[in-house]
Amino acid sequence: MLRLYATVAAGGFRRYATYRVATLAGLFTNTVFGFVYSYTYIALWAERPRLGGYSTDDALAYVWIGQALLTVCGLMGGGFEDELIERIRTGDIAVDLYRPADLQGWWCAANAGRCAYQLLGRGAGPLLIGSLAFGFTLPDGPAGWAAFLLAVALGSLVGFALWYLVAMSAFWLLDGQGVVQAAWLTGLFFSGMLLPLNVFPGTLGEVARALPWAALLQVPADVYLGRYGTGWGLLRAYGFQAAWLVLLLAAGRAAQHAATRKVVVQGG
Amino acid sequence: MVAGMWIRSTMAYRASFVLTLVTSFCVTFFDFVVILLMFGQVRGLGGFAFAEIALLYGLTGTAFGIADLTMGSLQRMGRRIRDGSLDGFLLRPAPLIAQVAADKFALRRLGRVLQGLMVLVWSLVLLRGEVAWTPLKVLMVPGAVLCGAVIFSAVMVLGASALFWLQDAAEVTNAFTYGGNTLLQYPPTVFAQDLVRGVVYVIPLAFVNWLPALYLLDRPAPPGVPAWAAFAPPLVALACCGIAALAWRAGVRSYRSTGS
Repeated sequence: MLRLYATVAAGGFRRYATYRVATLAGLFTNTVFGFVYSYTYIALWAERPRLGGYSTDDALAYVWIGQALLTVCGLMGGGFEDELIERIRTGDIAVDLYRPADLQGWWCAANAGRCAYQLLGRGAGPLLIGSLAFGFTLPDGPAGWAAFLLAVALGSLVGFALWYLVAMSAFWLLDGQGVVQAAWLTGLFFSGMLLPLNVFPGTLGEVARALPWAALLQVPADVYLGRYGTGWGLLRAYGFQAAWLVLLLAAGRAAQHAATRKVVVQGG
Repeated sequence: MVAGMWIRSTMAYRASFVLTLVTSFCVTFFDFVVILLMFGQVRGLGGFAFAEIALLYGLTGTAFGIADLTMGSLQRMGRRIRDGSLDGFLLRPAPLIAQVAADKFALRRLGRVLQGLMVLVWSLVLLRGEVAWTPLKVLMVPGAVLCGAVIFSAVMVLGASALFWLQDAAEVTNAFTYGGNTLLQYPPTVFAQDLVRGVVYVIPLAFVNWLPALYLLDRPAPPGVPAWAAFAPPLVALACCGIAALAWRAGVRSYRSTGS
């Protein structure tokens, strides 16, 4: 069983690795956005040094981590939900349900392959370019990098669980575009992609930091910057991500269960 | 007509349409909330006050919204080229560009235009006492929006033309359209001089709102840019259209169908 999922994941990796021009194009776009945000953050932190507890170098690192994780953690769309929704809309999903593999597990494995590729293809590049251009904060040695990578892995899984849940809505709505857009919007705002969550004021900030989207970018970025330390603080950060992961996966599973029992598949 | 067809087809899933229109409005609104949040922490950014940044935001937001509404579908052409469905378009007795632009015409993008207009009006209300209005300046506001929309559209057509050769490169256009829109929301004083010069002379996005807005606000043009550049947007827009048209024609001529 594990070998099956490993094969699916490798397939996901290879599938995205095929489109090299698309990867380069995405890399270019990430870099342009990275520069634009970097300059606005420099201006913002010049007006208010230590805003949100970040130094300017921390804030710049945050910008480029955001660009690096954009596709990996599904901050602006998980990269697979459109396809899944299309399969639900056309009725192809019936074939998937007949496969001798769990639907959620199958897509999760394929998505893990995609994430691994995009971390290498679209994640490492912007971080390198950004650090060369702005010389921002780097993690504390190999241990810091390892801690960051673990947080990214958890973040990408939370991203998958969120978008899987979104895709499940198509069983009832058929046209998932509205929900996808709504999820896209909340994700963009509450992940801290536009502005770090610890800059959000008062209650809005507290709520935003407790929502699952915080696990996608804010937590990995803070792990990168060493704000959780190494001991219990770090474990608490992972715990936060893991708790949302379990909850969202269970919700996705429940939705899938309800859908496959109740909903009549679109024929054709 | 093609656009009308797509509007009717969207209306088939009415609940989803309302949701997308509302979110399209909100997506861009959240974009603006970020600026509001920033100004909750600071009084100015790069020497610009909130109302002035709102003006920049409103001008580029509306211009980009109009361009996205009319030309945003061009991005999908890469897929059409790859699966060969572009051939059908070429056979029809209508200009290819009009057909591709109307392909999957998404009325929900109206949300972006509305939101941009709202911020623009708000900024003008805030600025009504601070700007020394002359007829020329009043004329400049709609002029900048229109020329800006044309410039953004031209960039989109240019990017789409590249798809004839590189079908997967659609994202590069995003860097200049969405990225440009984000860039223009902030004052030029924030950015490195080379970057500002780049959007004046290489990809003339500065003519969308920076140069007209700087004139409106009686601020000097960025260093090295002549003052009369504030009145150049119509000419720049025309030139952009010319270049985009040439690129488009070259692209169509070199088109080879996948044959499937």
